[in-house]
Amino acid sequence: MPAKILVVDDEAAIRRLLRNTLTRAGYAVVEAEDGRQALQQAAVEHPSAVLLDLGLPDRDGLSLIPLLRTHGDAVILVVSARDAVDEKVTALDLGADDFITKPFDSEELLARLRVALRHHGLSETTPKIVRTGDVSIDLDRRVVFRGAEELHLTRKEHDVLAVLARHIGRVVTHQRVLAAAWGGEEDPRVEYLRIVIRNLRQKLEHPGPVGSVIANELGVGYRLRADA
Amino acid sequence: MPVSGDGRPDPDALLRAAAQEGRGRFKVFLGAAPGVGKTFEMLSEGAARRRDGVDVVVGVVETHGRAETQALTRGHEIIARRAIAYEGRTLQEMDLDAILARAPRLVLVDELAHTNAPGSRHPKRYQDVEELLVAGIDVYSTVNIQHVESLNDIVASFTRVRVRETVPDSVLEMAEIEVVDIPPDELIERLRAGKVYLPHEATRALSHFFSKSNLSALRELALRRAAQAVDARMLDDVRALGLGGTWAGSDRIVVAINELPGADTLVRAAKRVADGLRGPWTALFIETPRVANFSDAEHQRVAAAMTLATQLGAAVATVPATDVVAGIQGFLADARATQLVMGKSHRSRWFEFLHGSVVDRVIRDTPGVTVHVLPVAADPRGRDRGRRRPARWGTPAGYVVTTALVASVTGVASALFHILDLGNVALLYLLPVMAAASLYGLRTGLYAGIASSLAYNFFFLPPVGTLSISNPENLVSVVVLLAIAVATSQLTSRVRAQADLAAASARTNATLAGFLRQITSVNDIDVAAQMICDDVRGLLDVQVVLLVPGIGKSLEILAASDAGYHLGTMDTAAATWALDTGMAAGKGSGTLAASEWLFQPLKAGGHVLGVLGVAKDSAADPVRADQLPLLSSLLDQSALVLERLRLEVEMRDVETVRTRDRLRAALLSSVSHDLRTPLTAVIAAADQLEHGATPDLIATIKAEAARLNRFVANLLDMARVEAGALKLNIEPTDLSDAVTGAAHDARRALEGHAVRLDVPPDLPLVYTDPQLLHHCLLNLLDNAGRYGDPGTEIVIEGRHRFGELRLAVMDHGPGLPPGKETEVFETFRRLEGSDRAVGGTGLGLAIVKAFAEAMDMTVEAGNRDDGSGAAFALIFPRGLIVRDLKPESIA
Repeated sequence: MPAKILVVDDEAAIRRLLRNTLTRAGYAVVEAEDGRQALQQAAVEHPSAVLLDLGLPDRDGLSLIPLLRTHGDAVILVVSARDAVDEKVTALDLGADDFITKPFDSEELLARLRVALRHHGLSETTPKIVRTGDVSIDLDRRVVFRGAEELHLTRKEHDVLAVLARHIGRVVTHQRVLAAAWGGEEDPRVEYLRIVIRNLRQKLEHPGPVGSVIANELGVGYRLRADA
Repeated sequence: MPVSGDGRPDPDALLRAAAQEGRGRFKVFLGAAPGVGKTFEMLSEGAARRRDGVDVVVGVVETHGRAETQALTRGHEIIARRAIAYEGRTLQEMDLDAILARAPRLVLVDELAHTNAPGSRHPKRYQDVEELLVAGIDVYSTVNIQHVESLNDIVASFTRVRVRETVPDSVLEMAEIEVVDIPPDELIERLRAGKVYLPHEATRALSHFFSKSNLSALRELALRRAAQAVDARMLDDVRALGLGGTWAGSDRIVVAINELPGADTLVRAAKRVADGLRGPWTALFIETPRVANFSDAEHQRVAAAMTLATQLGAAVATVPATDVVAGIQGFLADARATQLVMGKSHRSRWFEFLHGSVVDRVIRDTPGVTVHVLPVAADPRGRDRGRRRPARWGTPAGYVVTTALVASVTGVASALFHILDLGNVALLYLLPVMAAASLYGLRTGLYAGIASSLAYNFFFLPPVGTLSISNPENLVSVVVLLAIAVATSQLTSRVRAQADLAAASARTNATLAGFLRQITSVNDIDVAAQMICDDVRGLLDVQVVLLVPGIGKSLEILAASDAGYHLGTMDTAAATWALDTGMAAGKGSGTLAASEWLFQPLKAGGHVLGVLGVAKDSAADPVRADQLPLLSSLLDQSALVLERLRLEVEMRDVETVRTRDRLRAALLSSVSHDLRTPLTAVIAAADQLEHGATPDLIATIKAEAARLNRFVANLLDMARVEAGALKLNIEPTDLSDAVTGAAHDARRALEGHAVRLDVPPDLPLVYTDPQLLHHCLLNLLDNAGRYGDPGTEIVIEGRHRFGELRLAVMDHGPGLPPGKETEVFETFRRLEGSDRAVGGTGLGLAIVKAFAEAMDMTVEAGNRDDGSGAAFALIFPRGLIVRDLKPESIA
């Protein structure tokens, strides 16, 4: 049975576009045009994922996130034209799995959805080994390989990479990375995180402008890219 | 006031004419005496104007129960008077506010010299009239000649009736004057017939007042005053038109003010001289060391005379000098004065013997100046010598020390008496006398002289042990001791007074200079205002508030010297009055004196910028008379500073508005072009899709839609910059990270170009807003992708050099035309020759610049060193570079 996706958007044109895209990719689609309908559909249809627009006519989409979280375990992807950084952070903090800014690329949307569905609910039982590109991260043994070569990472680099790997494909906010890697220290500062990420990139990536393993979501956090 | 000889209009006269515009016209019916029919005349003319269709109301008319006058008021609309309760009585006063609200064309106001009941807005009715005129209402009013300020003394001198209610000459000078004239015989006839109402208190003096000779004299004064007014008006007209002409303009009149009663008489006399000669005049006060010993009454008389002079149109000057005559002569020479008016005081012959007669010395030593000497009547109540500073009696401690000194000298002298002769003992006694006189002043010095001579007499002069003197020679030494006490104390007290005076004036100058130096360097109006308040508080020991016009008719408090100040409704009214009229109001001024505060206007450039309020904690008069000059200097300087700051703000505002207008125009043209072009392409492509999709149609739609998206994003960004709503989110940022992200997001715009990142991994982090930086880089890359030749390489290069960090985006292409490097950053600017087909919006680089500057970065545009293409650089100055990272925190 195909996974069921709930599309919440007040614009009929966007709903039609998303329905076409998702159906073509083999998903079943249900729609809601406001917050009330969205909660109804979520309760009745038990969708695997919700594509949620924040600008709804009857209520703020942000307020739906905790409600959807408590009444089900659907993946929540925020799809919004709002690109203010603090809204993204709020959405993630409230429990959204990812966000996509309008206008979006259909292929990218599908890729994000796939990753989120694949990893959703697995955070407790994350596989011991996480792979992305030619990099594999063994979380239990704290070793990292690029191809067959073992990489030598510092303690902080390990801590940062581990928290990203546990949420592979999803954005982890600066706060959460800092708490995970510098939690016990007096002065967790973003500048240290920046340096560690730069060093990690040098060790993990092949030189080149495009297609980094660790993606920077400006002002929000980092994401370890999953193979789509 | 000399006029330029080339017949140009005199600016002062033109200014006066301009000030008249928008004001109501003012006409005064001037009478020689009560009963000539001024009110009747005014009402008749008012009625005539009403018949012509003019909107006339009666503000206040005293009919004194006369039937014919009463009859004339009928038919006029009469504004009801306002009742004011005062000390158990109810007084009926003209209702100024009701008239202002009614706003007639012409209002009739009787008795211009009337004094209003306490608690009214203005103490004097002529001030009410002034307010009506300012409001643009024409006013007819009446006044008798003896109420005219400058003629007050003359009238009193022959009628022996002095009226207390006077009208300043300046008020009459604004007015058109019509003399209401009847022959004296007829007036006396009317008086006998009981047709003249006379105020109760005046009846006693009447038989004298209404004598034929008096009435004739009064009549002459009235006619002459009217003629003078006509003269003055003609002169003003002539000057305003620049019609040259001859008049006696070469005379300059100075009146020397003294502290004696009658100083005001001197001022009025000088005014008449000045009017007669039509010359400018100055009231001069010479500040000698004696000023320090003035009683409060004397201080106030000088201040009152100076104020009166200002009201009568004089300039005023206070000149410090040690000698009155020298001071006057110096000033006369500086001012090139030709006439001097001064008073001959009734000083005692003894005083003149000691100090010399000032008048005699001036007349003898001042060639080329006509000296008018007026006898100044001594007012017995004014001789308040007893209220001099108690310090003249010296301090009790002085007497104790002096006694001890005399005793010890006596002790020493008796110890040494066997080796000293009598004359030397007398010399020893000089010591306590000179010490006491120089340290404690005249009285203590005299006491020392007496004590010394008594001791000398008793202990040393034969017969020893008695106070009698056997040898007459020894009497001389006693007298000499006393004389030396007098001489020494006089000398030292004069020296000390001069030093005090010099120190005080040096202190004032130093504080003023310090105030100026500080305040001129300030660029923020709030800081300047606070500084003004604090400095005025420090200098005058008063509470200070600085108020400026707020929104609507409200007042806004800009700064205050103390947090706990209180402004009641009366205070606010006074402040508003000072702001509206540009004249002082509140305690110690002529207007709304019931306020606790004195509000002084801050005037510059012909308008009132705000008001400065001062108040004493102890509800006393806020500013002593001798501090007024200092206060007015402070006010002038403060006003200039506020004016400068205001102008700067205004200029900035004008510049902002101009930029915004230019931008708006450019935006309209850009939006129509840049939105419609891609939309047209998309619509056309979609139309064709109906006939079957082809890959290049879809590519067109995608590309044009992306272009639209970029344009909308830039418009939003620009709107945020323009609205000043740019919220910065500065955080330490890794440039290699930023560049990688931007290159990734701009990959579509960079299609067909190879992109090389040349950003060393050891580049330091920078403080910046990562999102704004991302937008900057996107626009720079977009620009490079569009203007770089197809197939060429685009380089992003980061360098840390000379302390600053430089991030450059370089393309291979035509580059920028030389000299146009800075223009590219202007909004909607596309350099000439750049092809519209390239599809730039002209917004991108302007956004780069605006964002960069918001983050304290700078931008640079130019060509690559080898001339192979354009180079755009973002420069992060030293201060934006992250330092002091602890290595252990990343281990």
